[in-house]
Amino acid sequence: MTIADTLFWLSPELMLAGGAMALLIAGVFLGDASARHISTASIVLLIIALLTVVALNNGLRQDLFGGAFRIDAYSSFAKTLILAAAAIAILMSDRFIASEQLGRFEYPVLIVLAALGMLLMVSANDLIALYMGVETQSLALYILAAFNRDSRRSTEAGLKYFVLGALSSCMLLYGASLIYGFTGATNFAAIAESAAVQRENVGLVFGLAFLVAGLAFKVSAAPFHMWTPDVYEGAPTPVTAFFAAAPKLAAMALFARALVTPFPEIVDQWRPLIAILAVASMTVGAFSAIVQSNIKRLMAYSSIGHMGFALIGLAAGTANGVGSVLVYMAIYVVMTIGAFACILLMRRRGGMTEAIEDLSGLTRTNPGLAFAFTVLLFSLAGVPPTAGFFGKFFVFQAAVEADLVWLAIFGAVMSVISAYYYLRIIWIMWFNEPAPAFEREVGARLGMTAFGSAALLFPVLLIFIGPLVSAARNAAAALF
Amino acid sequence: MIGLGHFLSVAAILFAIGMAGIFVNRKNVIIILMSIELMLLAVNINLVAFSQFLGDLTGQVFAFMVLTVAAAEAAVGLAILVAFFRNRGDIAVDDANLMKN
Repeated sequence: MTIADTLFWLSPELMLAGGAMALLIAGVFLGDASARHISTASIVLLIIALLTVVALNNGLRQDLFGGAFRIDAYSSFAKTLILAAAAIAILMSDRFIASEQLGRFEYPVLIVLAALGMLLMVSANDLIALYMGVETQSLALYILAAFNRDSRRSTEAGLKYFVLGALSSCMLLYGASLIYGFTGATNFAAIAESAAVQRENVGLVFGLAFLVAGLAFKVSAAPFHMWTPDVYEGAPTPVTAFFAAAPKLAAMALFARALVTPFPEIVDQWRPLIAILAVASMTVGAFSAIVQSNIKRLMAYSSIGHMGFALIGLAAGTANGVGSVLVYMAIYVVMTIGAFACILLMRRRGGMTEAIEDLSGLTRTNPGLAFAFTVLLFSLAGVPPTAGFFGKFFVFQAAVEADLVWLAIFGAVMSVISAYYYLRIIWIMWFNEPAPAFEREVGARLGMTAFGSAALLFPVLLIFIGPLVSAARNAAAALF
Repeated sequence: MIGLGHFLSVAAILFAIGMAGIFVNRKNVIIILMSIELMLLAVNINLVAFSQFLGDLTGQVFAFMVLTVAAAEAAVGLAILVAFFRNRGDIAVDDANLMKN
């Protein structure tokens, strides 16, 4: 493959990299007054990159840079969702950014750079590429968490995220160095060949465990979830909305590729690790969320629980399992974006409110919002016939097919327990005495996002669940 | 004769010291940043030692990448630390306690 071909296949990433630089320079010359235009330009850039990803996806596998990057159906599926989620995150933050005097042009540029890192992550087919992708994404995210630099909470969230994120990168890297040392390769395909002949090598398994721990940090799976609630609560709400959607999807897609491609022969070594992570995450997600009174913190525990469910599919380790992870993550991204659009609409005179009690009697003060939020919460809880139910269904099905019946049963029990706190919010919205109404003029974009995602979860995705599942399975098959 | 095992032991000890530095230290966030650097350097020793004993250059390329990223990471970390210091007037680890369950 010539260098021109390589760059052609890499065009979405190059577009984002070049575009982010150009927007940064434009922002420096035009000043903060240009923040709105830069954000519009960033959305356009992300959408163009998304269309390029779709256009380049021919279902075939392209190995770039000697196999360090791989473009296939799997990466295209994840990239499409990542770019869409990033564009919507910028779209949702407009009004909040303006009202909190955060109107600085770096904000959309940082999201574009984080999206670039995520694209590199899902295409990474080499330990070096994996590390560089993760860091490109993380460095942009650390800054975003601390973006409200005059707020104590936001800077504290940024600091915690930075320290724990850097720690997780170190663990990931230590694992990568051991894997490199004991297999003599950094390329996933070469590692697979070498790992097949030394299944019981302690050094290799040790490295694998460190790699899994590092990646578990990035997807916020328990017991590596400590940073999530604090960062979710402290970061500005639109940033949290972004954190909860695209980076989780990218990290989960990377997680699956980094286990399935290099270590298919030692599935027995990593399956128990993933199963433990799944069990711990579901338990933490189900029980810790019950006592929360801040809705952003509750969403943090909710996301930890959801990562646990997605990891069930990964623990199966089959093509169907990885496909079900992709379906689950796609539905999860829609649910989170919708839920955070609703949270961003919780605004009274004098600023945002974040207490769950502020939702009291929402059906009487703002029936439309209450209805959309109810659908989203039902879907988060996994109540049929919403899309959230089908996400869980496919994951459990994959686990049963892989003889992990106990894991599927445990997951079902935990999803019933976690339904309690989602239903409690619905109860508060429908049956409590009304709290003062929220401001109505907070922007049509948020309302459209909330209603759009609610409509997607019920009923639109029910009709299109077949195509979604077949696309995800097709994407997952590219890994095997 | 110093073999691969010796290098790996040094790296493992440095990594453990760095990890302990993050969790044990309650005084100063700067010490945490130093601990992170220590862990990254432990990984570099690993990579270079493996590279030497395998006779393969990839590990050294990886080590250079890690060095570059470590510099960028330190820059971002210090910038966030400065913002934190401006708001709190202190960088004690125990001060980062606004958000609790």
